[in-house]
Amino acid sequence: MKRVARIVAGIGSSHVPAIGAALDNGKTEEPYWKRVFSGFEKSEAWMRKTKPDVAIIVYNDHASAFSVEMIPTFALGCAAEFPPADEGWGPRPVPVIKGHPALASHIAQSVILDEFDLTICNKMEVDHGMTVPMNLLFGKVDKNAHWPCPVIPLAVNVVMYPPPTGHRCYMLGRAIRKAVESYPEDLKVVIFGTGGLSHQISGPRAGLINSKWDKNFLDNLSKNPQKLVKIPHIDYMREAGAEGIEMVMWLIMRGALNDKVDEVYRFYTVPASNTAVGHIILANRSRAARKSAAKSKRPAGKIKRAAAHAKADRVRS
Amino acid sequence: MARERHDYDDIPGTFVFDAERSRQGFGINMFCMSLMKEQNRKAFKANEAEYLKKFNLTPEQTDAVLKRDYNRMLELGGNIYFTAKLGATDGHSFQHLAAVMTGASQQDYAAMMLGGGRSVEGNRSRSGKNASSKSIGAAAGKKPAAAKRKAKSKSAKRK
Repeated sequence: MKRVARIVAGIGSSHVPAIGAALDNGKTEEPYWKRVFSGFEKSEAWMRKTKPDVAIIVYNDHASAFSVEMIPTFALGCAAEFPPADEGWGPRPVPVIKGHPALASHIAQSVILDEFDLTICNKMEVDHGMTVPMNLLFGKVDKNAHWPCPVIPLAVNVVMYPPPTGHRCYMLGRAIRKAVESYPEDLKVVIFGTGGLSHQISGPRAGLINSKWDKNFLDNLSKNPQKLVKIPHIDYMREAGAEGIEMVMWLIMRGALNDKVDEVYRFYTVPASNTAVGHIILANRSRAARKSAAKSKRPAGKIKRAAAHAKADRVRS
Repeated sequence: MARERHDYDDIPGTFVFDAERSRQGFGINMFCMSLMKEQNRKAFKANEAEYLKKFNLTPEQTDAVLKRDYNRMLELGGNIYFTAKLGATDGHSFQHLAAVMTGASQQDYAAMMLGGGRSVEGNRSRSGKNASSKSIGAAAGKKPAAAKRKAKSKSAKRK
C-alpha cells in the first residue's frame, strides 16, 4: 500500500494577543485568565494524544512580517524556520518555529497548479496570530525547548478589505487537502484555522461581541459548512465586528477536512481582552474506517459511524 | 476625489480599512511601523512634528497623529494594527485605545467587555438595517417596530 500524508483533524482557535501576554507574564492563574486557559486543558490533552507530525496553521499577520508595502492574500511559509516577531515588546519567549519545507513546497506546487496563486515566503517572522494558538494547543513551551512538531504557516490577508471570500478560503482548504494526500510520506497532519470569533477593536463601535452569531458559526462549521461559505463580507463585519471578518480563515481549515466530521470538543467564552474566544476541534473519521466502508457491501454510513465511535479520540466536554 | 461609496459604509462607528484607505494611509501606517524600533520611538518622542515630516503625511493626517485622534487616523487611512503601535509608544494598553475610540473611560469600557461586550442590537446599521443577518441561519426573528426605533437611537454614531 502506498503511504501518503493525511489530515486527521482541524482546530479552530482565537489568537487574541492578550492571551499570549497573560501566558508570558505568568497570569494564567488569575481568575480572568484561568477562565480562558481552563477551556483549553482538554484540547492540550487531545493534542498530546493525537501527536501530529506536522501542523498547518492558517493565521493572519498583524503588521509584523507584512506592513502596507506588500499585502499578499495568501502567503505560504516554506522556510526551514520562522522566528517569533518583535511586536513592540520584544519577541514572545517561545521557541523558533521549525517549518516543513518539503511538504510546504509540495503544497505550494500543488495548489498553484490548482489555480490558487499563493505567495511563497522563504523568510518570514510570525507573530501572536500563530504563536498564541500554538500555546493554547501545545501548552507553554520553554524558549530553549522545542515545539512538538514542525509547522507550515499560511498567512491570510484579513487586515485590508477585501480579504478572500469564505468560499475561496474553503476551496483553498480543499486544494490543500488534495496536496497533502498526494505527499508520499506517512505523515499525520493537523490544520488550524485561527482568529475571531466576533470582535471589533477599531473605531467608535469597538467592543462589539455577538455570541449568537458565534454559536451559529460553530454549529454550522461542524455540520453545515456549505452555509458558511456563502456568507458575504458585509454580514461578517456588520454582525461579528470589523475585525470579526477573520473568521473566514476557519473555512480554510474546514475545507481541508472531510464533508462529515466528528466534533471532538468546543469551548467559548467572552471576553479575552476585546474579543470573544472560540475554539473547536473537528476530527476526520479514520482512513481505515473509510476504506473498509468502501470495500464492504454493508451500507457505508453505518460502518463509518461505527468506526468513528470506536476510533475517534473523543474528549468529553 | 471623493471616496467611493460601499455597502460597509452603512456600518456605524466603523472605518473599514479598504484598498483605498490603504493607499491614502500609507504614510500613517509606515510611520507607525517605524515605531517598532527603539531608536525611532526615541526620535519621535524627542520631536514629533519633525519626525513625522519623513512620512509625507497630509496636514490633516499630521494633525490627527499629533492630537492622538485615533478615530480620525482610521478615517484618513490608518489601520488599527498599525496605530496600536503609536499607542504602545505612548505606553498605553490596547484597551485604553479602544476606550478612547469609543469615547468611554477605560473602566467603563472594561466593564462593558466583562458584561459580554457591546451588543450588536441597534449597532448594525446607520440606515436602519437592524434586523439580524439571515446568512448564518440564525433564528433571527423580526423585532417589533418600537424596539427597532429604540435600538436605532442608541446606535454608535460615527464621529
